[in-house]
Amino acid sequence: MAALVVLLLALACTGGLYTLFAPTDKAKADETAQSLAIDEGKKLYAVGCASCHGTGGQGTTDGPSLVGVGAAAVDFQVGTGRMPAQQPGAQVPKKKVIYTQAEIDQLAAYIASLGAGPNVPTDAQYGPEGADIAKGGELFRTNCAQCHNFTGKGGALTHGKFAPDLEGVSPKHIYEAMQTGPQNMPSFPDTTLSEQNKKDIIAYLDAVNGDDTESPGGLELGGLGPVSEGLFAWIFGLGALIAVAVWVAARTAKAKKS
Amino acid sequence: MSTESTSKDSRSREKAPAGERVADWADGRLGIYSLAKANMRKIFPDHWSFMLGEICLYSFIIIILTGVYLTLFFHPSMNEVEYHGSYVPLQGQLMSEAFNSTMHISFDVRGGLLIRQIHHWAALIFLAGMFVHMMRVFFTGAFRKPREVNWLFGFLLFVLGMFTGFTGYSLPDDLLSGTGVRFMEGAVLSVPIVGTYLSFFLFGGEFPGGDFVARFYSIHVLLLPGIMLGLVVGHLILVFYHKHTQFAGPGRTNKNVVGMPLLPVYMAKAGGFFFLVFGVIAAISAIASINPIWAMGPYRPDQVSTGAQPDWYMGFSEGLIRVMPGWEINFWGHTLVLGVFIPLVIFPLVLVAIAVYPFIESWVTGDKREHHILDRPRNVPTRTAFGVAWITWYMVLLIGGGNDLWATHFHLSINAITWFVRIAFFVAPVIAFIITKRICLGLQRRDKDKVLHGRESGIIKRLPHGEFIEVHEPLSQDALHTLTAHEQYKPAEIGPTVDENGVERKVKGSEKLRAKLSEAYYGEESQIPKPTVEEYKEITSGHGHH
Repeated sequence: MAALVVLLLALACTGGLYTLFAPTDKAKADETAQSLAIDEGKKLYAVGCASCHGTGGQGTTDGPSLVGVGAAAVDFQVGTGRMPAQQPGAQVPKKKVIYTQAEIDQLAAYIASLGAGPNVPTDAQYGPEGADIAKGGELFRTNCAQCHNFTGKGGALTHGKFAPDLEGVSPKHIYEAMQTGPQNMPSFPDTTLSEQNKKDIIAYLDAVNGDDTESPGGLELGGLGPVSEGLFAWIFGLGALIAVAVWVAARTAKAKKS
Repeated sequence: MSTESTSKDSRSREKAPAGERVADWADGRLGIYSLAKANMRKIFPDHWSFMLGEICLYSFIIIILTGVYLTLFFHPSMNEVEYHGSYVPLQGQLMSEAFNSTMHISFDVRGGLLIRQIHHWAALIFLAGMFVHMMRVFFTGAFRKPREVNWLFGFLLFVLGMFTGFTGYSLPDDLLSGTGVRFMEGAVLSVPIVGTYLSFFLFGGEFPGGDFVARFYSIHVLLLPGIMLGLVVGHLILVFYHKHTQFAGPGRTNKNVVGMPLLPVYMAKAGGFFFLVFGVIAAISAIASINPIWAMGPYRPDQVSTGAQPDWYMGFSEGLIRVMPGWEINFWGHTLVLGVFIPLVIFPLVLVAIAVYPFIESWVTGDKREHHILDRPRNVPTRTAFGVAWITWYMVLLIGGGNDLWATHFHLSINAITWFVRIAFFVAPVIAFIITKRICLGLQRRDKDKVLHGRESGIIKRLPHGEFIEVHEPLSQDALHTLTAHEQYKPAEIGPTVDENGVERKVKGSEKLRAKLSEAYYGEESQIPKPTVEEYKEITSGHGHH
């Protein structure tokens, strides 16, 4: 870890020095900024990603090609901590995010420069304004529930893979996941689910699986359906009743002792 | 004092109290005095496990009461309507009237959601209670003569309860239960030749059609509960008629019942217990959500969600279908879907396996006597082992039915779990059988040891010559009786194969099988001979033993 931090610092320093002394007169201001971000991203990429995805993002046997995946894919994978992957396995789980948003943006800029792909969505695309929650629910049940459960509690896929619980996932990341189809998820480009559709789905998830979601019936029991309900009925329902039965049977009528 | 009592007497001679007059009036028309005389002092033995059946009875009553309330607001119709109730995330969605009215009950009827949850939780507990009650009867041998018919009544109640539950949770026409109905339709379709006709008959055409909610409603509120109510009454009448079984103990014989009278002790206990059961179920329904149809949304045949399982009592059928390989045979343009049809055939067999056991046992043992004293499970190792093997089989299938949740919660591969269940379906009951039998024999040895040598007191004594011994306390006469009250049988022999004239008779295959099974029940491998009086006397009369 320390080595990585030192390396990153060293890279940042060299990068910083480079930007200070590099000739800037050839290009215009934004292009410069853009190309700088790409350059920075390329350096970060070489350190954190190249071992699996190849030095030019062309992919290796350990990781897929990143040409054409777009900035949105990078923002999702690195922004949720899935990338860089900890170890190979059935699926790369989400974990602590180790890059700053600025670094993620630089990485995204570099990957986007390799080939055209979906951009990072803006607040206007995934924000709650103008969203139809009920329509989002219908779309969710049609397109997402078969893996993610009725309200996005997650579910199992084959060979240890899984569709994760969507609680606490930021709207931007949900949008990007739909757009880019990370790991085992199919992608839902705008031709399949329009921008408005995605907005509706995000608003629905916020309503039924968000921080403020109320459960009118009491404890949700994980929102997993009859299996957890059955366990609850056996352990707490019948368990309590048997305890009561033992209690009643232990209090039997006795002859009074004088 | 005396004047007071005489005045009372004279008053009663003039006019009996109101209660007595009402009772007289009723007795003249219904004959309640003789009924009451015969039954009010009826004795019931006391044990907590005898109250499991009461849990079932009371939850059944609770289900009926809450169910009646729900029918006041539920519309069993599949006409399509647009939702405009108070739950925002479904506003403007198209749904059936059944779903709409269930939403109305849940959000807009006073107490509706609580009653719905009591109804559903009570149903889960009813079935769980019946399961445990059935196992209590099984493991203690309470199903033996004369109670075989009542065992079957109870078994039928369990099976009918399963289907009443299934038709009940299908009524709201939500996405989860709709998937369950589709599952059932798939099973019906897999029946060779008649499957398609049956399905069209059941649903009034192509699935889902517009009829099934109304049809399930009639089955759920009329047909099945009606039969169940009759069976419950019959079940209770038979309990009264046979008298309750009791565990062995001093003063308890096959011909008496030791316990408390129905009135007042059991009336008070049972009446109080009803309210306790109602209280526990109501508290659970107020605490925990069940079947939140608003989160699942209305049923549409083109939608499906992961985690679509039935309620627990149907879970083993889900397990059967989930772990069955998707085999099918195609011939002459027809498809035989073995992947669904085989589970459909095994489904009733799983249940029948336990239902027919009493008859198999009585055939094997040849025991045709009446039994009113219960067995301790350890003293009948083969039966106990069979019961545990059956429960293991059932549990393995439940794991199969919830394989996706096992996968996500224990970070396992769903394929590995499926393979585990496929193998365990055949292997686990055998292992459970062997282990249980060993444990039972071990416990029998322990009982024998206790009878002969007494209870280990935990007190260590040092003898003058330096030896340490643990002091064993002799058991009380009552405990000795209880531990040795059970009868031990000899295995049934085939009998002479040569008749009095020296002619060899043919031994039937069934006779040989029966002798073998009987050996498995009562052979040397299957029971530890209980201590004899001589053994006991020899050991207790001697000196210096420990």
